[in-house]
Amino acid sequence: MNTELFGVVIIFLFSVLLAFPLGKYIARVFKGERTITDFMSPLERLIFRLGGINPADPMNWKQFLKAMLSINLLWFVYAFFALIFQDKLPMNPDGNAGQTPDLAFNTAISFLVNCNLQHYSGESGLTYFTQLFVVTFLQFVSAATGIAAVVALYNGLREKTTNNLGNFWNLLVKSTTRILLPLSLVVGIVLAFNGTPASYDGKDTITTLQGDTVQVSRGPAAGMIAIKQLGTNGGGWFGANSAHPLENPNYFTNIIETIAIILIPIALVFALGFYINRKKLAYVIFGVMTFLCVLFIGLNVYFETKGNPEIDKMGIAQHIGNMEGKEVRFGSAATALWSVVTTSTSNGSVNGMHDSLMPLSGGVVLLDMMINALYGGVGVGLLNYYIFIIIAVFISGLMVGRTPEFMGHKVEAREVKIATLVWLLTAFLVKAGTALAAYMVAHHPDVAWAVKPSAWLNNPSYHGFSEMLYEFTSANANNGSGFEGLGDNNIFWNVTTGIVLILARFIPIIGPLAIVGLLANKKFIPESSGTLRTDSITFGAMTLAVIVIVNALSFFPALALGPLAEYFSIK
Amino acid sequence: MSKRKREIKLFEPALVNTAIKQSFVKLSPRLMIKNPVMFTVEIGTFVMLAVVIWQMTTHDTTQGAVWYNTVVFAILLITVLFANFAEALAEARGKAQAESLRKTREETPAKKVISPGDIFVKEIKVVPSSQLRLGDRFVCETNDVIPMDGEIIEGIATIDESAITGESAPVIREAGGDKSSVTGGTKVLSDRIVVQVTTQPGETFLDKMIALVEGASRQKTPNEIALTILLAAFTLIFIIVCVTLKPFADYANTPITIAAFISLFVCLIPTTIGGLLSAIGIAGMDRALRANVISKSGKAVETAGDVDVLLLDKTGTITIGNRKATNFYPANGVSANEFIDMVVYGSLADDTPEGKSIIELASKQANPTGSLDQFRHQKLAVYKEPLSFIKFTAETRSSGVDLPNGTRIRKGAFDAIRNIATKAGNTVPKEVEEQVKKISSDGGTPLVVSVNNEIKGVIELQDIIKPGIQERFERLRKMGVKTVMVTGDNPLTAKYIANKAGVDDFIAEAKPEDKMNYIRKEQATGKLVAMMGDGTNDAPALAQADVGVAMNSGTQAAKEAGNMVDLDNDPTKLIEVVEIGKQLLITRGTLTTFSIANDVAKYFAIVPALFIASIPALQHLNIMGLKSPESAILSAIIFNAIIIPMLIPLALKGVEYKPIGASALLRRNLLIYGVGGVIVPFIGIKLIDMLLAVFM
Repeated sequence: MNTELFGVVIIFLFSVLLAFPLGKYIARVFKGERTITDFMSPLERLIFRLGGINPADPMNWKQFLKAMLSINLLWFVYAFFALIFQDKLPMNPDGNAGQTPDLAFNTAISFLVNCNLQHYSGESGLTYFTQLFVVTFLQFVSAATGIAAVVALYNGLREKTTNNLGNFWNLLVKSTTRILLPLSLVVGIVLAFNGTPASYDGKDTITTLQGDTVQVSRGPAAGMIAIKQLGTNGGGWFGANSAHPLENPNYFTNIIETIAIILIPIALVFALGFYINRKKLAYVIFGVMTFLCVLFIGLNVYFETKGNPEIDKMGIAQHIGNMEGKEVRFGSAATALWSVVTTSTSNGSVNGMHDSLMPLSGGVVLLDMMINALYGGVGVGLLNYYIFIIIAVFISGLMVGRTPEFMGHKVEAREVKIATLVWLLTAFLVKAGTALAAYMVAHHPDVAWAVKPSAWLNNPSYHGFSEMLYEFTSANANNGSGFEGLGDNNIFWNVTTGIVLILARFIPIIGPLAIVGLLANKKFIPESSGTLRTDSITFGAMTLAVIVIVNALSFFPALALGPLAEYFSIK
Repeated sequence: MSKRKREIKLFEPALVNTAIKQSFVKLSPRLMIKNPVMFTVEIGTFVMLAVVIWQMTTHDTTQGAVWYNTVVFAILLITVLFANFAEALAEARGKAQAESLRKTREETPAKKVISPGDIFVKEIKVVPSSQLRLGDRFVCETNDVIPMDGEIIEGIATIDESAITGESAPVIREAGGDKSSVTGGTKVLSDRIVVQVTTQPGETFLDKMIALVEGASRQKTPNEIALTILLAAFTLIFIIVCVTLKPFADYANTPITIAAFISLFVCLIPTTIGGLLSAIGIAGMDRALRANVISKSGKAVETAGDVDVLLLDKTGTITIGNRKATNFYPANGVSANEFIDMVVYGSLADDTPEGKSIIELASKQANPTGSLDQFRHQKLAVYKEPLSFIKFTAETRSSGVDLPNGTRIRKGAFDAIRNIATKAGNTVPKEVEEQVKKISSDGGTPLVVSVNNEIKGVIELQDIIKPGIQERFERLRKMGVKTVMVTGDNPLTAKYIANKAGVDDFIAEAKPEDKMNYIRKEQATGKLVAMMGDGTNDAPALAQADVGVAMNSGTQAAKEAGNMVDLDNDPTKLIEVVEIGKQLLITRGTLTTFSIANDVAKYFAIVPALFIASIPALQHLNIMGLKSPESAILSAIIFNAIIIPMLIPLALKGVEYKPIGASALLRRNLLIYGVGGVIVPFIGIKLIDMLLAVFM
């Protein structure tokens, strides 16, 4: 058990230690300083020439968002049709069928928005073509979109007064060529050497010890798994995701894959400090995020290694913890760690089944996704955190007797309006979605749908409620993991979560960028001793309080009816 | 400062009565809708009323007992009334404050000047003050009460302004110059003036302020709007929480009554701050009024809290009005007593404050215990014949006396006296010249004394810095406010005084346009500037400044240009105004935090109560150990209601501002109102529940 805990600590420490220099590097890349990846610049110049782009063109926040949204729409249309007609496209050695339109809608959106909610299983639901040129492609560009958006935020914070948030195309391309591609290459090679397939040969046939013949799916998986981890995408090559022995073969790959989940999200926090030259601000943000994240890890490791009280009652010893839905090669502690980091960062890949987590661990991962800003998804996590900062700045500004200001710009009615709208949207999507599902189950269980609401839930009562809540929370957080007891590949879930996905992806990007654009446009107010410093521990504590209170108030009843009720009933 | 405090008790019975009446009037939905948080509570109240009526007619009990629903209805109604009461009380206090000022200008007879028409002499007719119109002229003589605000166009008078300012010392007002304004209700003590009316009846600053307090023309300030948006967002969140709870409960097979839903909703939305928000705003203006500052808008008070730079006139603000004699330096060969005699005779006829201070110092040095008057008489009695005094003129730049024995004593600026001496062929003693330089470099003013064209010594005049002003500047510095001294002195003197008083910057040899330029320069870097002024010269700068406080004694132009008027004509008032502004914001911020922090306890009270029947396991969340679901819900909404009146005193008085730096202040307020806001309701709800347990 001690070895397992040691493993958890080491993995987390290594992530932070690696993220720090990476953050420095990312800041250098976007400042346009010399880096070791300058050999990529001919490739970038080629892309810019082909696209007719001048990477030095300035963009204000509206132009930036317009560019971002239009290219995303284009990607969606491409992905949607490629998925429907994948059976007619090349590279389909296993002869998989095309997706139904509602599933294709859900899948296309899901990968476009960096969520990777998978209502299908990779082995049979996709072809090598769609795995590579739809799924993996979107995993790169959706992560790059997130990084581009957060660099726009950096740009708005960096200048005293500016209209220019940076050129979207330039940021998008450089995020891919300088950050995502090189890192994926490294991680992909490590995985391939540890047994993850990288082959175009289709299914393999093996004979088991019992003498049965088993068809094992393969494919060019290693590279895709690397970017799914690094880009906080989470959508696995195989249905079982990183619990699958070919997707995550051993404890070493598990270390690599866990680090890959939080590496870039943490690095982007440090990059903020280096880029805008306010390291202390970045450390305070990192501190708040880490405080909650470590607390959550602690809770989950505790509950998972402690085991299931119902099994205790039967008199069965469970010194290796709650092993339902977990892999023996990782153990309960490493899975608990993964469950928190993957929900913190909106990654959503899993190395064990979240449906089988103990009730409170399940509650923690839910809360983690509701907050969705503890490091958060690549780029977008910091944008979500920015919304909390704006609310915290506003309330604490009043408390010290000054019109609230952040980084020298007054936060006024318009900014507060946008920030609260973004926050309201989260609460609305999660709660309204779950309420709609709960309503259908409670009042119309036998409505004449292909899959009746009564057949959605594999578990009754509180856990069934948690499953529905989890699905919408995961969709809203663009996380993509699931409480897989839920029968979710049907029109209701494909369409509702698809809508949630798209709203919950783009509005939390549009909102913060609009705020930063508006603020950066205002007159700069120099700091005085009456100004509330936002890079202080006090302000960090204030932001922490806002995060906790705002989420607790929005979600307490739902959490009480799901995980808490379950916890107290089996305690 | 003998300021008359118009203290009104917090719960003055007369005001409370008016406020109670107003709380019912304010139930009108048309008025309630301005406050979205309380408006939703009112809707909830009406729904409960409908439930009760429906139950009474159908005897349906699926929604719980009738008495229980009636109690819930009553508590909700009281919640709304409490919020209305807070606002009404703040209004009533503000109005009472303003009325006590307005009383001073009730109907008084006015000696109106009828302009010469057919008749060739100006005729004076006595009319009631209410008949005076803009542009009319009236005459005031000794012992007349000035009927209306106006500007003196002829004459000079001493005026008792104690009715307005509380200051008993009479002031001098005269036509032309910067001290030409008179205020209605004040009294002429001597002489005769002709005054021109400068405002239409009903449009004086005071009238405008009363309108602001009464709410007719009260506009929300930018911060208030932003806060209302935040509070509306919280309200919406809890609408989502409560609406979605219905299907959640259906899923869990738990029936929840309408009363429970509405109780949960009302408890969760920020009623505490929602109910007190407008009261806090009115109280801010009221506090300004109590400091004898009339604010032309609520926004001005709020902006004052944000000010980064304060422009202060040296004279009157930083230094006590005038220079004072602090030292005598006789030239070599002149004894101290001889020199004292010389300066005393040279100053006996000098009525300027400087002159008086010389006699004072001389009297003190000659006989530390003797009285000043005695000393004066004693010196005058030496000569039988009247002395011939020489007045100060701009040409000679000296004054003095010719004694009957032919001795000519003169005192004046160094170069003026030097001219007299050198013309007569005398030299300037070296030690005198050195002393003069030394005094100048110390920020003082040297006055040189000559007797019969021979230089005999130097008098040192110094600016006296107001006691306690250094501490106030230190306080401002901690608030993050930069202080700038404006003075007509030369840069050397200005620098010396600036250092001594502890201001951050100074403008020396200031001309009116210098102020304007300085304000523009600071504003260009994004800072907010406040200044105080009185003269017509100041008007453009007052208009340019973000907060311009005009002195009531100032010219009409200055008063129009500024956004506040100080009735006390007290230049240090700016500092108070800044603190009032900060207090206003802090009170809003802390009560918002408190209100939201309260929700944690309310969740722990109500959520287990709602699900106790179907999910017994959730009883573990009932950490307060409340007796029954009904008592839990009632305790929560009772707490929610009574916390409003309990916080009225805080809302009206304002949360104290402490200049301890922004982060420390945030820590302090977060601890008191945030952590306190989490803990207090746990205790409060438990206590109420224990009380209810006796009856239920």
